[in-house]
Order: sequence, then structure tokens, then C-alpha cells
Amino acid sequence: MLNFSLPDSPVLATLRALAAERILVLDGAMGTMIQTLNMTEEDFTGNGHIHGPGCRHHYDAEHPQQGNNDLLVLTQPQAVEDIQFEFAMAGADILETNTFSATTIAQADYGMEAAVHDLNVAGAQVARRAADRATAQDGRPRFVAGAVGPTNRTASISPDVNDPGYRAVTFDELRIAYGQQIDGLIEGGADLILIETIFDTLNAKAAIFAAHESFARAGRRLPIMISGTITDASGRTLSGQTPTAFWHSVAHARPFSVGLNCALGAAAMRPHMAEIATVATTHTCAYPNAGLPNAFGAYDESPDQTAAQVAEFARDGIVNVVGGCCGTTPDHIRAIADAVAPFAPRKVPA
Amino acid sequence: MTERYLRLSGLEPFVLTPDIPFVNIGERTNVTGSARFRKLIVNRDYAAALDVARDQVENGAQVIDVNMDEGLIDSKQAMIEFLNLIASEPDIARVPIMIDSSKWEVIEAGLQCVQGKPVVNSISLKEGEEAFRHHAGLCMGYGAAVVVMAFDEAGQADTFERKTEICARAYRILVDEMGFPPEDIIFDPNVFAVATGIEDHDNYGVDFIEATRWIRQNLPHAHVSGGVSNLSFSFRGNEPVREAMHAVFLYHAIKAGMDMGIVNAGQLAVYDQIDPELREACEDVVLNRQPKAGGTATENLLDIADRFKGGKREEKVRDLAWRDWPVEKRLEHALVNGITEFIEEDTEAARGAAERPLHVIEGPLMAGMNVVGDLFGAGKMFLPQVVKSARVMKQAVAVLLPYMEEEKRLSGGDGRQSAGKVLMATVKGDVHDIGKNIVGVVLACNNYEIVDLGVMVPPQKILQVAREENVDIIGLSGLITPSLDEMVHLASEMEREGFDIPLLIGGATTSKVHTAVKIAPRYTRGQAVYVTDTSRAVGVVGALLSPTQKEQYVSGIQADYAEVAEKHERGERAKQRVPLAAARANALKLDWDAYAPQAPSFTGTQVVEDWDLAEIARYIDWTPFFHTWEMRGVYPKILDDEKQGEAARALFADAQDMLNRIIDERWFTPRAVVGFWPANAVGDDIHLFSGADRTETLATFHTLRQQTAKRGDRRNLALSDFVAPEGKGADHIGGFVVTAGPEEIEIAERLDKANDNYGAILVKALADRIAEAMAEMLHERVRREFWGYAAEEAFDPQQLIGEPYDGIRPAAGYPAQPDHTEKRTLFQLLDAEEATGVRLTESMAMWPGSSVSGLYIGHPDSYYFGVGKVERDQVEDYARRKGIDVEEAERWLAPVLNYVPGSVSNRSAA
Repeated sequence: MLNFSLPDSPVLATLRALAAERILVLDGAMGTMIQTLNMTEEDFTGNGHIHGPGCRHHYDAEHPQQGNNDLLVLTQPQAVEDIQFEFAMAGADILETNTFSATTIAQADYGMEAAVHDLNVAGAQVARRAADRATAQDGRPRFVAGAVGPTNRTASISPDVNDPGYRAVTFDELRIAYGQQIDGLIEGGADLILIETIFDTLNAKAAIFAAHESFARAGRRLPIMISGTITDASGRTLSGQTPTAFWHSVAHARPFSVGLNCALGAAAMRPHMAEIATVATTHTCAYPNAGLPNAFGAYDESPDQTAAQVAEFARDGIVNVVGGCCGTTPDHIRAIADAVAPFAPRKVPA
Repeated sequence: MTERYLRLSGLEPFVLTPDIPFVNIGERTNVTGSARFRKLIVNRDYAAALDVARDQVENGAQVIDVNMDEGLIDSKQAMIEFLNLIASEPDIARVPIMIDSSKWEVIEAGLQCVQGKPVVNSISLKEGEEAFRHHAGLCMGYGAAVVVMAFDEAGQADTFERKTEICARAYRILVDEMGFPPEDIIFDPNVFAVATGIEDHDNYGVDFIEATRWIRQNLPHAHVSGGVSNLSFSFRGNEPVREAMHAVFLYHAIKAGMDMGIVNAGQLAVYDQIDPELREACEDVVLNRQPKAGGTATENLLDIADRFKGGKREEKVRDLAWRDWPVEKRLEHALVNGITEFIEEDTEAARGAAERPLHVIEGPLMAGMNVVGDLFGAGKMFLPQVVKSARVMKQAVAVLLPYMEEEKRLSGGDGRQSAGKVLMATVKGDVHDIGKNIVGVVLACNNYEIVDLGVMVPPQKILQVAREENVDIIGLSGLITPSLDEMVHLASEMEREGFDIPLLIGGATTSKVHTAVKIAPRYTRGQAVYVTDTSRAVGVVGALLSPTQKEQYVSGIQADYAEVAEKHERGERAKQRVPLAAARANALKLDWDAYAPQAPSFTGTQVVEDWDLAEIARYIDWTPFFHTWEMRGVYPKILDDEKQGEAARALFADAQDMLNRIIDERWFTPRAVVGFWPANAVGDDIHLFSGADRTETLATFHTLRQQTAKRGDRRNLALSDFVAPEGKGADHIGGFVVTAGPEEIEIAERLDKANDNYGAILVKALADRIAEAMAEMLHERVRREFWGYAAEEAFDPQQLIGEPYDGIRPAAGYPAQPDHTEKRTLFQLLDAEEATGVRLTESMAMWPGSSVSGLYIGHPDSYYFGVGKVERDQVEDYARRKGIDVEEAERWLAPVLNYVPGSVSNRSAA
């Protein structure tokens, strides 16, 4: 059941205080970093030893696990933790859990629906360890953001052009799947919930609804970060909304931040981010890709190039939180953190 | 930028800033507000339904209201399907949606389909605070603004005090207790109908406007909205007056702070452009003012309303000519026109002529009320007029009552016996009672004792009182959709508790279909009867309580309902269709080897001008003529009918008089053209050839094939099945256009101007009959002479009505060929416009209207059939054959499509 008079998690006050002082930094691309490790099928499955906090998981030959990055929190937890630790030491205040696809809907492709709870609990625990290690070294607080991805289905777009009324997933199916994920993230120690890469706002609304239900179960309200994706030059989400319409649609989450990530590099993202900064009555957050992918699907922008563009967001006063999406390495994050440091955070309208 | 404005979104944002005086919410996608939309949704014609939504947005609706509360459909499913389809149409989805339902589950289903920030319409304190909090909390969870109705546990707020008290209470709970954003609250303080003739309703406009002012001043950031069309409910049918009332109401309500409203974006009068007299009359009604000229505001508006209906008309002069009519006609006139001035005198006169005082009630007064009922049913009288009629009736009964009591005393009775006891109630959850009150008044006038339980009456109470009071009939009323379910529930309860008295069903959302399909089957011990409109109730109650008529009446109702239910069921089942290939495989195969088609006496076309109107008149089929006048029966038996015989004879005499004048004075100039061409069937098409060698194709008629699943040796027919296939014989087909001539239009206009609309309708009805008679006559001549395949045929004209002859004359746009555009081919072949003066309009109607066209098919085994619904595969094939777009074919075939164009939801064939 929903409850709008829950106490806020104490993290919210801490975050707000920090955000009032400076621009906060989110980490970079976990996927990009995992790619550099060139892991094999055996690495992904831990040679068959997939143990979660709850139980042992089985996979079958029909479902190869190579590419199932989220599974690594169970099979290669140390590798994931090390990447997050690197991002933290590069200057990230907020570390994302490696749980972008850890819902029953997205894991169905890998036949790993049963592992979803463990993936989220372990995902949060791994990030928590990396955060705590970094804090122990430099004394700066770190926050764990439970990453909630869009899933691979859309609630307001038909996958069949000939049958526009058809839907491959319903709001309730998403709500239930997201609820399971968010429960796991909270159990594993996430400080906040990051609903990201939103290309269909209805999916995000299901995640918001699920988050409220999970908060009611947990007895406290975690800060929510919301990040949409403007997919192309049209300046709209995949589901067709303008940035302002998107904000109106998710404002009821009363999020700690709202913003954009992925799909575009910083330069292309700028006008849309500026629009959101004008209308949003909360903090704004931008974590663009390292430019656009090249012919081989790799990202070419150097850390300095990306950082220079993100620094412009900061100079123009349109961001409170910055970070990186696809193609951004710890070097990118370090460069971004350094580049935005001289600028005051955007003033959040009262 | 941080002002507390209402912020909504579709694909694009919408912010209600102070420079927007009024947000227009489109209501054309509301099944309860638009009959057209309801029909489209019930027929699952979602493509056309989407066009309605698109038109609204193009017409400037900033938010569109979607309501699927219709008793015969699955509202929740319809809401989901329609919102999903809207989501795929960027030009519609750009505006925010108002999700409108009286059922929370439908609203919640809708909330799960929209990515933008919608408005929920509505929630209220009707079911108490707990449900209110629950629904409001869910709106917060889904991210929706909300319309809050001024409705609480005690009912819908009608006065200023109630409206403001409920809104203040709701605001406190939402904002102070729950943290609901106040800018996301839109109060609906209930727009009710004014000028209903019921005095209690007179201040409803003022109550709304003043409550609006109070809300905007005392409940910060909240908005005010309302369903404006309710206001003028009693003037339905008179759009100009309704539009003027709406404009006047909005003018004042907006000034008071109403900033949203459900209005038809395309149809709203401009306040300043309303005729000053009409505007003042509307203002008197809306603001509950005393008219300067005296009388009441309602009567004043009523008096002038007719003049503004459909533009300017001359004012009716006060005419007392009716005072010279026979007393029965005077009583009828007084009832229809609500004139009380002479009623006592006329009733006395009627009593003097009657054997018993009761006979005056049962005779002329009842007859007059039936006229009122008919006019009201036809939308020619308004509610307040009906109430006035009831008042006249009441005065007449008052005159008779002492005599009836005296009669009772003399015969040893104990005073007045009521004709029966009727319990009336508006069902639980519904507050609309105008219709019910009128039924009560009218029944009371007819000597029935009325037990009126009021509004929002729980079923237990209805049954308890029915038992205690030993009533003879229960009458249920309801206007909103959920009331339908309540009525079904009550019927089940009556069955369970062993009642057997009749159950009357009435009210705006009720229907014969719903009563037949959903209510009557639940109550088998007694009969549930749907009453079309308020003033018809007298006849129904009379029949149900009459020891002599009841049995026959009820069995008639049962037969009717069984048919209605079966038809409905058939409609539902009609979805089963066979693929075109299978239908073709099951085509009719006539034995062409055993048939030698005869060649016509000429090929090409011939104009037929030598028409004798007197001869045509002999071929008139009079039965449809009576149907035009809503008199059911077969000519000539109808003339001797016990009930309607007299009226039928009078009508027939008038028709004969006019027909004689038509003939003698040559009012019409009938014309016709007929043609024949060598033809052969090619698949489902009929090819026409230029010459006897059949090498050059002149034109092609395209036909449609039945796709119903056929049982046994029943065939899937197309008209081409009746024409010899290529190589199977030198067959021909013919074609014709006949017209009574364009004169009827002018004559009817002239009669109308002379205030003789009876004559105007009569001349049009006769012109239609003459055209049909010409078609019959020409067909006979074709068989005997022009084509000549039945030269020996000798039927008299009245025998021809039964179609005893060989061959058919199917017309485009009729069941055997539903595609009207085939007329185009026929008209070109015949050069029909030049030959007869008949033109095709852009929608393929023939002008003048009294024209008939069709093909001639000669095979003796040919017969009329209906193509029925067709599938996408056939439409695609048909479009290809005709060389037109599938979309165009779908447009012309819309009434017979068995699928929703544009979607592929029924892919059974794949």
C-alpha cells in the first residue's frame, strides 16, 4: 500500500546539504569497464558457481550468460567492486549498483528470473563495500544508488507497427518486477534509487509506483533520482515526450534529482538539459555518453573532451549532479569532477 | 517558475497559467456525452473513434476527456484499448488525457496506460473518507491531477452551502492530511439542469457560480470545472438555445473563477453574438432573475426558444382558431401546448358528452397525453413542456374528481379508488430524478397512487417499502451508467425475494437492449419493461395493471425482448467470418449449361419519358407509406385496424387527395433511363462489353461476397454468381435510374412556409412512393418488352409487391451490394444525369431524393440477399479490383466491415 507520510531516509538530508555546497559527481560506465576485462562464458558463470545471498542459481545450456553483466555481482563480485572503487577514488560521490537489468523482465533473456532478488541484494552489497572502502581511505562520504533500468519492453509503445494497440508488457507487470528489484536493492543497503535511461515514461511511472510500495514496506522513503533519455535530434524521448512533458509526468515522485543520461553526448544533450533545468523544481542531473559511438560501437571522446562539455553545464548553472554514461571511464569521471569543481551548483527553485 | 500552477502533460506539457482564462476539455470522446462516439465504441470502430479525438484536438481542446461508461461494453477494456491506441497517435497524444469514469477500476486501468500526467475524473466523498483517501493516494502514486466532485455520503451537493462545505472538507483531507498538491485539485461543484419547470432547480446556476467564487477565494491554488452541457439538458434538441445558455453560463462562471470545463470545443456560441433577447432570457434563467417582462424566467425562455431553433423563424401569432375545434381536439391542443386557460370549461364540455366522468380521462385526456408522449419521444417537446402538459392534465382531473366520487358514493363504493400503486425510486448511487418526478406527476394525474422514495435509494429499502405498501409496480430511474448495474442487481433481488410485480426501467442511460439482455433475464417471476420516455409510462402502466390487457402485453414484451436479445447476441457472434478464398470456393454454381440467356431488344441506353402519373399510382406499394408515418401494419388491412384504422384512413384519404392533385395538376415530371449491355461474370466482378463480340470491356461492376460461415448447402453469394461466367453463355445485364422529378423539393418548401408541415411531409412521402412505383413499373416493362425474357408475364400491380417474377433489380448501397460508389459506374453508363436530371452527391446519394437506381439481373434463380459483414482480405481484394486505396474502400464499406480499419487485431486468417 502507498503511504505518503513516511519518514525520509536520513541520507536525503545529507545529500541535500552536500548538493547545496557543490556539484555532486556520479560514477561512469560499468559496462564499458567490464568490456575491457574480456571475460569469457566461464568467467560470467563463475565456472558454474553462481551463489547468491539467498541461494545457489542454475543456468542451462540454452541460455549462455556471457554479456549478462548484472550476473557478475554474484560470480565476479570482486571485479565489480574494484571498478566501483576506482570510480569512487576518481571522484564519484554516488556509485551506481550493477543492476541495470536485474528485473525478471530483463533477465528473462538469460533465463535468470529466479536470481533477481539475489542480483539486487548482492549488487547493492558490492557497491556498498566499494563505497565504504573509498570512504575509509579518504574520509569523504559515498552513496550507493540502486540502479533501476528501463527493462527491454515498453509499456506505451507497441512493438508491432501493424497493431498499435498491442502492448508487450503492462504497467502491473512492470510494477511487480520493479518492486522486486527495489526491495532487493534496499535490503542490500542502497542509499537511494536511481530510475535511469527512461525511454518510455510509463515504464518509469511503474518504477516510481513500485518504489513507493517498496518504501512503505521498508518503512522509510529513500531519495529517488530520475533520469530520462532523449534518443535523437527530435529532442524527445523514444515514447515521444518533450523534456518538460517528461518532468510533469514524473514530478509526483518528488525526486531528489531529475535529468538526462545516455544516447547523446554532452554537446547534443545540452539544450534538453537546459530545458529541464528551467522547469524542474528539484536538483538536476546529467550524465551523458562519451560522445556518440563510432563504427565499432566504441566511444572516442577523451576524458578532457567530455569534461570540457560537462563543465559548460556547470558554468551555465544547469546541473547539480554530473557523471558519465556509456564510454566513460574512471579517467573521464576524474576529469569531469575536476572540471566542475570551480563552479557553484545550480540553484534549486524553492 | 515555481508558482503552484496545474501542470499536466501528454507528449507535450500543459500548464494552466493565469493568462489562460479557461481550459477547454473535449467531451466528444465521452460515450455518455456523444451518441456518435458511443456508437463507434460499441461497434469497435476505433479508427473513426480516433478521428473524433483528433478532431477535438485540432478544434482546440487542450485536454481530452475519455469516458467509456457504457452498460453494454466492457468499459475497462475499452478504456485500455482506446488509450493505448491514442498513445500511438502523436497528434492526439500530445494533449493530456482526462480519464473519466464513475468506476474506480476503469480509472485505475486508464492510469496504467498513460505516460503523461493525466487528470482523474473523478473522486468524491460519496463513499466516505476511507475510499476517498484511498483513491486520492493512488492518484498521487500514479501522478495524476484529480477532479473532486461536490458529493458526499449524503449525496450530490445542490446548494451553495452544501457545495462549499463538501469542497472545503475534501480540500482539508487532501492538502492538510495527505499532502496532495493543491494545484492538482479541480473541484466540480455540479452543474445541474436549470429551466426544467421545477422550481427547486431555478437557483442551480447561481449556486454553482457562487460556489465557484467561494472556492477560488478560500481554497488556495485549487481549480473549478464542470460539465456544462448538463445545464441545458431540458432544451435538448434545440442546439442554438443550448449553445446560448452555455455561453451565458460560462461567461458568468468564468468571471467567478471557473477555469476548466467540459464543453464541445467546436460548438459554443459567442456571448456577444447571441441575439440580445435570447441572451437576456438565458441570463434570467442562469442567474435566476425575474424577467423584466414578467412571468418566470423558464417560461419566458421556453416561449422564445422555438424561434431560435434552427435559425430565425416568424413568431407564432396568438391564434385562437383552435377554440372552434371539437372538444377532443381542444383538450389535446391544451395538453400539447400546456394551456390551462380553457381547460375547466373544455373538461366540463367533454364530461357532458361522456357517459361517465372516467371516460373523459381514459378517452380524450389520455389520447392527448399520448400525443405529448409521442412529441417528447420525437424530441419535439421539452421536459418543461411535458411538465406543463401534466399540469393541464391535473387540472382536468381535478374537475372530474368530484363527479367520480359522487358516482362511487351512489354505487355504494367508498370514494375514490386509485388505479394502482406505483413505487418510484432513483437507484442507489444516482441522484438524477427529473424524469422520475415527471413520470410521478403524469401517473398521479392518471389516478395512480405514487410512492416516491426519492434518490439514491438502496435496493433493500425499495423492496421493503414495496412489500409494506403492497405496491403494484416498481419504477426505477437512473441517468448515470453505474445505475444500470444497480438495476440488474435489484432485478435479481426481486427474483430472490419472490416478487412478481412488474419492474419499470427508465432514464437516460437505460435502453431496451440493456433491459432485454441484462435485466429481464434476472427477473423471471415478473416482467421488467423498458419505458422509452417519461410520458409513455401511462400507457405501459395501464397495460400492465389491466386484467384484460396484461397477458397479451407481457407476451408481446417477452417476444420483443427475446428478439432484441437474440439480435444482440447475433451481433456479438457476427464476428465469425470465413476467409475470402473459402467463401469463393463455396460460391453459388448455377447450371449454366442448362440455361440459354435471352438477349434484350436493344443494347445501350434508352430514355423513357412517356410516364402517366395515374398509371404509376396503380403501382404504389402503400405499406411503406404508413411506416413512414410510424404506423405499423400492412396495407390495406391497416385501414380496418381496430386501433389505428381511423388514423390510417384519415391519412390515406389525405394522401389520396394530394395524389389526385399531383396527377391532375401534373406536379411531377417523372423520368427514367434504362440500358442493357452484354455481360459476363469474371470472378466476383461483372464485365460489361461494348459489342456482341465481347472483346472490348466497357465497364466493370464489382460485387461483394458473403463471408458468413454457411452451414449445409447454403452458399456464400455474390451478385456475380447470377451472371453467366465467361464462356458459359452470352448473358446480359441491365441498369436503370428513375425519378419522380425535382419538383417535390420546391413544393415541400412552399408548404412548409405556409405552416403546413403535414403537407410538406406528405408530398415527400408520396414522391418517394411514386419513384418506387416507377421502378416496379419499369422493371415489369423490362421483363415483358425491353429485355423481353418474360413477354407473357401478367401480374396485376398489387401482385408485383410480392415479387413473383423472375429476375431482380439490386441497388448499390443496399444489402446485396453495400458499396454506394457502384452507382458512379451505373450513372456513367446510363449518362443518367443528362437523361434524368438525377445527380449523385459526394456521398453517393441521389438528388432529388425520390429517385431509384439499380441493375437488372435476369436469371430466374437470382434473388435478393444481404452481403453482411466482410473481412479485411475481401476489402483488400475489392480495393485492388476497383483500383482504389484500401482506405477508400474501407471508408465506403465502413458499415459492413467486420474489423477495425488500421489495426490487425483479428489476425485469425494468418
